[in-house]
Amino acid sequence: MSITNFRLTADEYEANFADIHPPFENLTAALVEANRCIYCYDAPCMKSCPTSIDVPKFIKQIANENIKGSAHTIFSSNIMGGGCSKVCPVEKLCEGACVYNLMDEEPIQIARLQRYSTEKAIANKWPLFIRKPSNGKRVAVIGAGPAGLSCAHVLSREGIDVTVYEKEAKGGGLMTYGIAAYKVTPQFCEDEVEYILSIGGIEIKYNQELGRDISLTDLQSQYDAVYVGIGVGLARQLSIPGEHLDGVVDAISFIYDIRSKGFDQVKVGEKVAVIGMGMTAIDAATQAKRLGAKEVTMLYRRTQEEMPCTEVELNIAKLDGCRIVWLAAPKHVVGDEHGKVKQIVCSTMVLGEPDTSGRRSPVDTGETMTLDVDMIIKAAGQMPFENLIAETNLANQYGKITIAENGVTSIDGIFAGGDCVNGGKEVVDAVQAGKDGAQGILNYLMVG
Amino acid sequence: MADISSDFLGIKSPNPFWLASAPPTDKKINVMRAFEAGWGGVVWKTLGSQVKNVSSRYSAVDYHGSRVMGFNNIELISDRPLDINLKEIREVLKEFPDRAMVISLMADNTKESWHELIKKVEDTGAHGLELNFGCPHGMTERGMGAAVGQDPEIARMVVEWVMEIATIPVITKLTPNVHSVVPTGLASVLGGTDALSLINTIQSVTGVDLDSFVPNPNVAGKSTFGGYCGPAVKPIALKMLTTIAQNETTRKVPISGIGGVSTWRDAVEFMLLGASNVQVCTAAMKHGFRIVEDMIEGLNYWMDEKGFKKLDDFIGKSVPTMTHWEDLDINYHIVANINQDKCVHCGLCYIACEDTSHQSINLDYGKPYNKYTIKEEECVGCNLCQLVCPVDDCITMVEQRKAPEYLNWKDYQRLGLPLNDH
Repeated sequence: MSITNFRLTADEYEANFADIHPPFENLTAALVEANRCIYCYDAPCMKSCPTSIDVPKFIKQIANENIKGSAHTIFSSNIMGGGCSKVCPVEKLCEGACVYNLMDEEPIQIARLQRYSTEKAIANKWPLFIRKPSNGKRVAVIGAGPAGLSCAHVLSREGIDVTVYEKEAKGGGLMTYGIAAYKVTPQFCEDEVEYILSIGGIEIKYNQELGRDISLTDLQSQYDAVYVGIGVGLARQLSIPGEHLDGVVDAISFIYDIRSKGFDQVKVGEKVAVIGMGMTAIDAATQAKRLGAKEVTMLYRRTQEEMPCTEVELNIAKLDGCRIVWLAAPKHVVGDEHGKVKQIVCSTMVLGEPDTSGRRSPVDTGETMTLDVDMIIKAAGQMPFENLIAETNLANQYGKITIAENGVTSIDGIFAGGDCVNGGKEVVDAVQAGKDGAQGILNYLMVG
Repeated sequence: MADISSDFLGIKSPNPFWLASAPPTDKKINVMRAFEAGWGGVVWKTLGSQVKNVSSRYSAVDYHGSRVMGFNNIELISDRPLDINLKEIREVLKEFPDRAMVISLMADNTKESWHELIKKVEDTGAHGLELNFGCPHGMTERGMGAAVGQDPEIARMVVEWVMEIATIPVITKLTPNVHSVVPTGLASVLGGTDALSLINTIQSVTGVDLDSFVPNPNVAGKSTFGGYCGPAVKPIALKMLTTIAQNETTRKVPISGIGGVSTWRDAVEFMLLGASNVQVCTAAMKHGFRIVEDMIEGLNYWMDEKGFKKLDDFIGKSVPTMTHWEDLDINYHIVANINQDKCVHCGLCYIACEDTSHQSINLDYGKPYNKYTIKEEECVGCNLCQLVCPVDDCITMVEQRKAPEYLNWKDYQRLGLPLNDH
């Protein structure tokens, strides 16, 4: 057993990481689905979208063969509507609320229709937005992720000149670095960022990290307002013996490597254990399998009832051949004589009384199970940049920035939103946070 | 099983489903296939003077993903030589003696040419003739087709020429491109026609190509008015049929119903409104002759369910229920009711009523599902909410009479009852 890269051929990597979203082959196919939509009033799908995309309108526009109008409707509410149509857990958002569910029929394929219009817009570089003439106001945005880009786009539309500071070499944030490559390809992420920037008035300075290359105080003095959209990033520790043995990695960096290095450069074990059952855990497990791991086992200390990922996600993992072990809480990691991971020992749990989250909490039965593994991927959640935030003097709770309405922070002229405020939610939530923050800034600057 | 055999002026067919005079009936190969599929009869595509057709010939209207909701053609009468048509008619008659064989005719506008054509056609042994007074394109410019059907006097004259010599039943086919089909229908009956058929196609432009700016069908960059048919025209055909079925003179002759008949249900509706049989074209052109299988089965099951033994048991049954507006009962009042267990919260009833009707539906906002309830005192019973509701039996119209007695508009005025009570 060993952890190694180059497990597969180039063709195998390509096949394993191809876009899992089947597009509509042509307009006719899209029309068939678009025409199923009954065009609800005050539609449940729209109300279930954090960015309130007018879903019935954009689908009607597809049915009316006004694809540009359809893309404009989507992007007006969500400038990352292309990426969101690939990564949103729509089964618990728009599609989950579709009235067809109440008729025991398949919901409208909202995401797939959204992909149809947005992919056309991005591929053809349709100029759907024209920014107002520059009004001389300048705003700095920290973080070119969904929140930051969404905020920047709204501000630019209103004639504000925006400079985005991004610590990575590419924009898109977690969309680019933190999501399974088969859901949203690296090429798409680049195209999407480029499309967002095509409105003009937004400059991104890459490889600029808060606390290292830039400081909030400096930006405050140079700009009329600052938006903080730095996300979360630190992987939560398991705090169990053996956690630092060779072969234990965190899912964030594992996925980051897949996104940034090329598939054949990422090492993966033969027998991999993934700890956690959130979206990131799924992305790590499925991609470990797709990189060539022989066995992938997902360990979760509760049951399917309580899992944070959706059933659709769980099914991707199952279809990829990942094994799921419920009610298994990692107890300690066993290493071999070279300090490499050999086994993981888990406590077998049962469900007890509901905890503060309302979920029944796992209780140790005292029994254990042992799994032979050569790699362990930790996906037990992410933590805010607590120290970094503490240095800024922004009011916060355990590193999560505290905001009032429209992203207003405790410091005048500084706004914040997205994962660095909410602790880590969906891309679509961050896009809405960016819009809210932009509104806060426009109010503050008395623009618009 | 019910007896669905049909006797139209002595022309017998195993079922009341005929194929209308059109491309599906223009030659032996098609008609043989139609009879093999089970069609009760055909009206052979119109014979007359030699014509030449153009390309393309058809266009259609699609609606919300449904293709050929309406269909349009600029094809003329048969462009095949008369002798070949007559020879093939004879051959088919020999193969299928139990099916109705009616020949559509459109001679040049002289008595002699009509007489000559009829003699030749009767010689084939065909069972009946249908006079094409309806074709709205191509032939009208030559004073034929709809040009005849649009002028009751000319129509009557031509019918009289025909009746002088015809020895087999004559059906006169009416054009809908008139203010009312009754005058020509009446003139034809007075001229002696044995039966009427309606409707022929409705003059139309089905659409304009937004890239070339040429309406369709496109013939080398130009288009021309065509004849519209298919499901889209059915309501218009039913209305025209009803007026013929109501007129005390025209209702005395059998009527062959035409216009968007696609299913057994459509056929039954035509027959309830007075048609003795139906003729089909567009549905067959879209799906092929096999559609007759379910027309036969569906009609049979329906007749059994309703206890009808033969077609005559229900032909014309709905005609007496069509009345004048001023005879409708004003005291009849219905109010919408939304079944909350079935409601899927789509809001279509609400927005239709709120924007375009009587603001009779309450909206209680919810996330994501709103609740919709009827304001009974505001509801006028228009049906709009029920029509737009996507769920069967979710919205029902509940009877809440204003008063027990029948009261029509004339009485209402006579009694000086209050207007604008809403």
